[in-house]
Amino acid sequence: MKTPHTARPPGLPHIAGEGARIEVTGLTKRYLTPKGETFTAIRDVSMTVEAGQFCSIVGPTGCGKSTTLAQVSGLEHPSAGSVKVGGNLVEGITNGVSYMFQADALFPWKSVLSNVMMGPILLGMPKREATDLARDWLRRVGLAGFEDRYPHQLSGGMRKRVAMAAALINNPRILLMDEPFGALDVQTKAIMQNELLKLWEELRPSVLFITHDLDEAVALSDRVVIMTSSPGSIKDVFDIDLPRPRGNVQEIRHEEQFLDLQGRIWESLKDEVTRAYALTAGAA
Amino acid sequence: MTALTHNETRKGEKAVDTEAAAKDAGRLKARRRSTSIWIGRIALAVAVVGGWQWFTTEGWVDKFFFGQPSEIWDSLVRLFTEGTAFGTIWENLGVTAQEAFLGFLLGTTVGVVLGILLGSNKYLSAVVGPYIRIVNSIPRIVLGSIFIVAFGLGVFPKILLAAVLVFFVVFFNAFQGVREVDQNLVANVRVLGASPYQVAMHVTIPSAMTWIIASLHTAFGFAIIGALVAEVLGAQKGIGLIISQAQGTFDPNTVFACMVIIAVVTLFAESLINMLEHRLLKWRPPNRSEAQAI
Repeated sequence: MKTPHTARPPGLPHIAGEGARIEVTGLTKRYLTPKGETFTAIRDVSMTVEAGQFCSIVGPTGCGKSTTLAQVSGLEHPSAGSVKVGGNLVEGITNGVSYMFQADALFPWKSVLSNVMMGPILLGMPKREATDLARDWLRRVGLAGFEDRYPHQLSGGMRKRVAMAAALINNPRILLMDEPFGALDVQTKAIMQNELLKLWEELRPSVLFITHDLDEAVALSDRVVIMTSSPGSIKDVFDIDLPRPRGNVQEIRHEEQFLDLQGRIWESLKDEVTRAYALTAGAA
Repeated sequence: MTALTHNETRKGEKAVDTEAAAKDAGRLKARRRSTSIWIGRIALAVAVVGGWQWFTTEGWVDKFFFGQPSEIWDSLVRLFTEGTAFGTIWENLGVTAQEAFLGFLLGTTVGVVLGILLGSNKYLSAVVGPYIRIVNSIPRIVLGSIFIVAFGLGVFPKILLAAVLVFFVVFFNAFQGVREVDQNLVANVRVLGASPYQVAMHVTIPSAMTWIIASLHTAFGFAIIGALVAEVLGAQKGIGLIISQAQGTFDPNTVFACMVIIAVVTLFAESLINMLEHRLLKWRPPNRSEAQAI
């Protein structure tokens, strides 16, 4: 009971409101290539995200960050090991999860309002209630008045806001974010990070946040997990004890404690990045 | 102070002035452009039809074999006023249009359903895929003979041939459309708890719709071809029958007249499909449909 219930949006009683603890134990995922060879994407990954915690995964390109996320969501089944969400083993799609991708996964043929409405509609909420809830969420992300636009008529930052509203409207227990702000320009990115933190403080879902941007990881998270290059496994875990609420992410970057943490994490990440680069350069 | 404000308003006025002038100039330019396009179009038509008329009148081209625009017009008038040996032109046109339309509906429906089914099921598509490619490579128009032998001279074999021709166009597009669906979008709704049916309704089908509708333009042309060819092969009524009759009596003008009639029908159907496209795909950024206008 970290958050007062008054801060929550109305509706959806059958979704557990609180963030759920994520326990990943000995997770291994192998893929079968079309030629029949096996490719190990992640090996023996174990990590924990406490309930309501904001956890970032940082690692070199192709180290299996997204694979880890897919196992947590239940979209894929692990080859070995297990994922537990809120104490329950993940088999099939995990309940109360929302995804946010780098490419905004919006329906180009639906209006902004219908896009945001999708979550509650899929859970069987009556259309009128869903519409009201979606309107409320669009207001919260600062897009009141844009309900009838189509995604292609919005700017990149606005589309991100729509995606954020669509991801949070179901009040998820877990929010999985796969480089959500990777394609944005620097200023928009900072604004969206602040926006995300604000909404997260209100709802407090557990967040697994993939990023390449170390600054972003440190500024937003309670915990930063470093993964090794392929096959991915956990290299280091850093707890970020910067005080909450963090305030403006652009200002926190200049604080001494931030720089110190960032430096230590970079030390750990540096070798992996170099190794991964050498691998791809060798392959090319 | 006053001088400054005065100066400012004058400056403002000037800006508005030049902007209005630029707008006028732009409008004039656009109008000139569209006029010159229309002049070009009409000149082209006059050159082709007039040239044809001229060459045949002068006897450089034998009008017995190649027809003549003025006589095509005469035979068009005759078709509509006197009718044909098989009833009025409207009756025959109605039969052909009906065959083409029903064939179009049947082929489109089956094509869309199978395309989406195979597109979303990897195993099924791997099993059936090669056979579909084989069937696609045989000259399907020959199937018309088989259909007429099997089902007689009625309307049904024509519908069937039109449907077969339409099917492949629509099928391949629907199949490809499903394959092109944004996998992030699918993952997104699946995580939100969508059933396979909901994934199909909310993601796969709307997404494939762009491809399917693009295929309908060509598909309707194929439906008409299917109906006509089947009628030429053997029928009791229809434009195709009039054409084959005219061929038998060495009357190219009536053949051309029938071509004109069918072209009008196809253009009309095309405009209906365009309307449908605008309705269903109004979410698309405008530049893409502009490219399709050509």
